[in-house]
Amino acid sequence: MGTSVQDLIAQSKGKKNKRFIEKLIPVILFLIASVSVLTTIGIIMTLIVETITFFTKVSVTDFLFGTTWLPFSNKQELYGIWPLIVGTLKVTLIAVIVAVPIGISAAIYLSEYASERVRRIIKPILEVLAGIPTIVYGFFALTFVTPLLQTFFPEVKIFNAISPGIVVGIMIIPMIASLSEDAMSSVPKHIREGALALGSTKFEVAIKVILPAAVSGIVASVVLAVSRAIGETMIVSLAGGSTPKFDGTFTDSIQTMTAYIVQVSKGDAGYGTTIYYSIYAVGFTLFIFTMLMNILAQYVSKRFREEY
Amino acid sequence: MTVSLMNNTVANDQNTAASSNIVYETKQMNLWYGANHALKNIDMKIMENEVTAIIGPSGCGKSTYIKTLNRMVELVPSVKTSGEILYRERNIFDKDYRVEELRTRVGMVFQKPNPFPKSIYDNIAYGPRIHGIKNKKILDEIVEKSLRGAAIWDEVKDRLNENAYGISGGQQQRICIARALAIEPDVILMDEPTSALDPISTLKVEELVQELKKDYSIIIVTHNMQQASRISDKTAFFLNGEVVEFDKTDSIFSNPADKRTEDYISGRFG
Amino acid sequence: MRYIEHDAVVKRMNSRMVVNKVFKGFFIFATSLALLALVILLYRIVTQGAGHLSIDFLTNFASRFPEKAGIKAALIGSIWLMAVVAPTSIILGVGSAVYLEEYAKKSRLTTFIQTNIANLAGVPSVVFGLLGLTIFVRTLSLGNSILAAGFTMSLLILPVIIVAAQEAIRSVPKELRDASYGMGATKWQTIVKIILPAAIPGVLTGSILALSRAIGETAPLIVIGIPVIIQFLPKGVMDTFTALPMQIYDWSSRPQQEFQMVAAAGIIILMAFLIIMNSIAVAIRNKYDKRY
Repeated sequence: MGTSVQDLIAQSKGKKNKRFIEKLIPVILFLIASVSVLTTIGIIMTLIVETITFFTKVSVTDFLFGTTWLPFSNKQELYGIWPLIVGTLKVTLIAVIVAVPIGISAAIYLSEYASERVRRIIKPILEVLAGIPTIVYGFFALTFVTPLLQTFFPEVKIFNAISPGIVVGIMIIPMIASLSEDAMSSVPKHIREGALALGSTKFEVAIKVILPAAVSGIVASVVLAVSRAIGETMIVSLAGGSTPKFDGTFTDSIQTMTAYIVQVSKGDAGYGTTIYYSIYAVGFTLFIFTMLMNILAQYVSKRFREEY
Repeated sequence: MTVSLMNNTVANDQNTAASSNIVYETKQMNLWYGANHALKNIDMKIMENEVTAIIGPSGCGKSTYIKTLNRMVELVPSVKTSGEILYRERNIFDKDYRVEELRTRVGMVFQKPNPFPKSIYDNIAYGPRIHGIKNKKILDEIVEKSLRGAAIWDEVKDRLNENAYGISGGQQQRICIARALAIEPDVILMDEPTSALDPISTLKVEELVQELKKDYSIIIVTHNMQQASRISDKTAFFLNGEVVEFDKTDSIFSNPADKRTEDYISGRFG
Repeated sequence: MRYIEHDAVVKRMNSRMVVNKVFKGFFIFATSLALLALVILLYRIVTQGAGHLSIDFLTNFASRFPEKAGIKAALIGSIWLMAVVAPTSIILGVGSAVYLEEYAKKSRLTTFIQTNIANLAGVPSVVFGLLGLTIFVRTLSLGNSILAAGFTMSLLILPVIIVAAQEAIRSVPKELRDASYGMGATKWQTIVKIILPAAIPGVLTGSILALSRAIGETAPLIVIGIPVIIQFLPKGVMDTFTALPMQIYDWSSRPQQEFQMVAAAGIIILMAFLIIMNSIAVAIRNKYDKRY
């Protein structure tokens, strides 16, 4: 009864370990926060070190300028990266052709035409598409889209660039739609009203005022989606094939950079073989491609941001 | 307040119409936001080449009313209306009256300057372009004429290709007025156009309104009673969604007929 | 002089309204195409896989014979994997978020960490696999164990959890903090007793969504050498294992038509996992949505 709350507080304030904890906690948390930085460093170091080892076995010029990728050959192994890049670009091109018009149209519809109620229903459903595991998309490409394509175009092979391209496109639609819709919705309402008050139709408001005003966000969303398409692995592994080709056909089996890494990892390429190191060289190339895309997206959205 | 109902068939030959013509006639108009009865039995006649001011405390329905005149109010979901508003003798609520058509005749200037994030030139040329004018020379002329009309040509003539957000708020608002003038409207609606501006910019816009009334009919909502008395020919006092009093500005301010008007203009509430 | 002829404007209005209508139709059509793709995908998987779903499917190990093939090892393996990923990624993610939101000063280092997190989120998952292969499988000699896979997956979803936790922490009203500091509480006490409890719903929602991404990821597992045909269950985190997406990948890539049905049944199980996790996330979000 003799001690007041204030006395009790004063007693506990004196304890040393409490002050110690207050000093220690930020240090621990800083170490935890640096895990993400260490991860980046780890990725870059891993890729660089193992790629350098790869280049002690294969010349840099052969890798960078070669147009034949034949790692499993019994006679002459060839490590020219271009067929894998071409395979990746074929799939990405198809994906962009599918996803950009649909994604941006959906964004315009949701942002400019749809009522609040419709938007609140459709946007989450579209985002379900983004949450479906890529292995499921791969299965869908292989067992549905490819046979469907073959009924209309018999020249399409079991493994080809079109089917995974279409399905990668479906996968990145929500990314483009969602980010573009955010960019368009963030154009202030009073700018929309200004255009409507001049007698514009909704279409004119969308195309001539909102789209140009939101262009940086829309372009950034497309670039990010392209980056995602380039790095997509399971869809192309299942439906794209494993035939690296340096040509322009889309109906034949191809191989992307990511699918090559999977193909080698699945098999038992012994540790220390050239093939083992080659997946790091390919992974490094892939990493540079996607990193450039991500930096470009950040640059676009900062550099061309409109101020209202 | 008597009005001669002359037989003027719509807008094409408005230049020849006499100054006592009716632009807008509101008949027993009601408006609801959901269950909220925001405008009650409005009856008003607005005359050509006059400045009509609408005053009243916030929430009295003055902004809602002016936004109904070009049907911008319908952007709010769950808005219902009844009654009629005749613009040049045609009911703007008619099913076959397209809002886009109405709005090319009735320009609007908003509370907050809202230029498009485009160049000054493209802001002014936007309206004419969507209405089908593509000739660069004609567009140039329209841009100059509109900017001169909004008394801002001299300030921006050398920076027409700069973004409209690079100029001051007061200049932006006059750009928005020029943008409205560019579609050569019949009426200009102004919804508290000076509420976001500094006193000097406000003065410029007020002078401009005086200038514009020679060619246009202007309806201006303002929360500033001095402004209403300075620039308007007629004044309507709105309270709780009703028109309490609508008369010549001089009589409203010197000799209000209704006690509530008197209370308001003498600053006893609102 | 007038430039704009009202008659011409009115005449032109018709075609402008048509353009408006046509494009509105096109935008709706495009949006429905995306929704249609989702419907077809789900319909196909359910119709293909439902026939193979049974108790046996859940309790059998993998088999060369499609009719005997079961998903037991993969199901249990995925649960083991989540048991490693969930605590690892949430501790790392929330710790990073607390540091960035509560302790970090606005410095170049902080901006760098923040930018780095954004960039890390854009790195393809297969590249994380390469990281895991070198660091966890080989350098730390964890082999193709649950632990190696769990750490790799944790790093993969770390950026998502950090960002979600940051947003949750940021949305805790300033008044709550002030009230705590006002009573003389220290920073750490305020964080533990006030901020984190208030931020938990947001953190959980974000974490569950991130975990549901991890449970469906395949590529990193393939790269770090997780096997497919396994006839036993792991007993600890150092054991090897297989996981749902690995099993589905294996079945999908087999030439026999029957295995496609098995793969579809596996997908149904995987999707059931995702639906449950997402429902929990949505339920948490709805329950705590409007507290302030």
